[in-house]
Amino acid sequence: MSVLTVPLRKLIRRNPAPASVRAVETRSASVLSAVEILPNDPLYSLCLSASGVIDLETLRLESDAVRQLRTAGIRLLIPLVNQGELVGMIQLGARMSDQEYTSDDLRLLGNLAPQAAAALRVAHLAYQQQVEARRRERLDQELRVAGIIQQTLLPKAVPSIDGWQFAAYWQPARTVGGDFYDFVPLQDGRLMIVIGDVTDKGVPAALVMASTRTILRAAAERLISPGEILRRANDVLHPDMPPKMFVTCLCAVLDPHTGRMQYANAGHNASLQRTCDGVIELRARGMPLGLMPGMTYEEKETILAPEDTVFMYSDGLVEAHDSERDMFGMKRLETLIGEHRGGDALIAYLRDALFNFTGAEWEQEDDVTFVVVQRHMQPSADPESGDGDSTVLDEFESPSEPGGERAVMERVARAVSAVDFPPARIERLKTAVAETVMNAMEHGNHYRADLPIKVRVQADARRLSVFVTDQGGDVPISQAPTPDLEAKLAGTQSARGWGLFLIKAMVDDLHVSATPTDHTVQLVFHLAGAHDAK
Amino acid sequence: MPNKPFSASLREPVMHLNKGVIIDLHGEINGTVEVALNAAYDRAEAEDVHSIVLNFGGVDYINSTGIALIVGLLARARKSSRLLIVFGLSDHYMDIFNITRLVDFMNVYPDEQSAVAQLSQLQ
Repeated sequence: MSVLTVPLRKLIRRNPAPASVRAVETRSASVLSAVEILPNDPLYSLCLSASGVIDLETLRLESDAVRQLRTAGIRLLIPLVNQGELVGMIQLGARMSDQEYTSDDLRLLGNLAPQAAAALRVAHLAYQQQVEARRRERLDQELRVAGIIQQTLLPKAVPSIDGWQFAAYWQPARTVGGDFYDFVPLQDGRLMIVIGDVTDKGVPAALVMASTRTILRAAAERLISPGEILRRANDVLHPDMPPKMFVTCLCAVLDPHTGRMQYANAGHNASLQRTCDGVIELRARGMPLGLMPGMTYEEKETILAPEDTVFMYSDGLVEAHDSERDMFGMKRLETLIGEHRGGDALIAYLRDALFNFTGAEWEQEDDVTFVVVQRHMQPSADPESGDGDSTVLDEFESPSEPGGERAVMERVARAVSAVDFPPARIERLKTAVAETVMNAMEHGNHYRADLPIKVRVQADARRLSVFVTDQGGDVPISQAPTPDLEAKLAGTQSARGWGLFLIKAMVDDLHVSATPTDHTVQLVFHLAGAHDAK
Repeated sequence: MPNKPFSASLREPVMHLNKGVIIDLHGEINGTVEVALNAAYDRAEAEDVHSIVLNFGGVDYINSTGIALIVGLLARARKSSRLLIVFGLSDHYMDIFNITRLVDFMNVYPDEQSAVAQLSQLQ
């Protein structure tokens, strides 16, 4: 008996044929060519409705398929129907013994058909599952590789800079994600820090993330201003950005020597700065990258005093929900940052807080990324800067500009909070610092923006010193006469000229030194316990 | 931290407290506020009052140039035989007013209530 098994794909053009069936078709010498029965052929409908064997010799049906089958020598058809679907068919030619099919043969074939149909159905399903499993496995493998490749686009290690600590955490919601962060050392010794978030998740976001990172790095090679870097990145990204996608991105440039951090923001969550006075948001205006061409980005700056921490994060943190659908939120984040001392331990602290909030069953909704930048207390390395065992509380530069003394004054006050210094004396220190800085900016540097003043705050066990250096060199500064209020009120002395008088009244000691290029004023305050402290 | 903008405004409606007016000061007093501060003082003088009261309650920073501006106002007041009264100074700036001897030439009070009470006694 010859057996013809027509692949189901040929029969109904719907399901793929099992490979083993195809092998039977091609290897066996007794297999004749299969005849295709199209779904619109009347024979197809007959096969679906007929029960048992169809004898082509006695069949009266106007059908192309019947004619082709007869021409091919087919005598019997046994439709394999399962759950109302034609899953296969047995086509038999004449018996090899040249005998007619007996009624037993036909009964046997009729009984075989439903079992064969069920078996074929199961085989098809198993095959489809195998194909689907292989497809998923291949996709999973591709995603795993994509995830590995994406991780190579993130920094392999955080920067190592004396006096600073950097830490980062990156956890995509899927195998790959749209969040990213980067640390890029600039040629002038500064450090570019970037955190970004591409809309959407998964592979599309990961691809945009990769190109954004590359573009930002390329921009940083030529530009060192964060606003300019974002502007350039936006212009490059915009033409090729897929519809409905954009990138929020925060770009900061840190000068590790002074603690000055310039930043610009393309629609990303504002970073938070933890200072001794509390937590402040570092806001700057700017549209996300890739949305519109020709965007400009507001640029701002802050100063990180020793112990200050800047925390950058993606919205996956603050927009995480607990089982009650309550959101983690900004207030909670600010509270947590305010009560922690910062550094890399802050990462684990916030991660634990997030997991405690969301619960163990949390299905991460969005990528979560943190970057932490903290300035440490730094021991003095300059033996000439004061006592050998002194500690530098802060050291920085400030541009010489009218009104610039106020920011310096506040920053020095923050630095001094690290030592035991009564609040009333801090007010005196602030006035002394402000007046000294005003003098340095005005008389030493003539308010030239390209000539910054230098400030160093240091303390030892006995005293606190603030050094203010301008670039006026060893040129005597004209001294105002000692203020005489009665003379001023009478108009015989200028109403001005209080600066140096106030400085001397505020400090415990005052030293002035100069080199051919620099002029330095040292303000000295005795610390608590010193008998001569004011 | 952005500085608060300076303002110097006559208390509205202008209260002729026994021929005195209050100028409420806000922000920081430095060289850049000279015009605004003198303009407020001009308006107070135009009210033909005997006393001008400066409220420092909203002032968070005074530098040496700001001290010079206050000296200038004090000189004007003395020249026109007006009394310059001050209240609302923080402890630190009270300290500065002592060091500079400004307290020797103006009436300084801790708060508005005591400053107004003083005006009543000047009747």
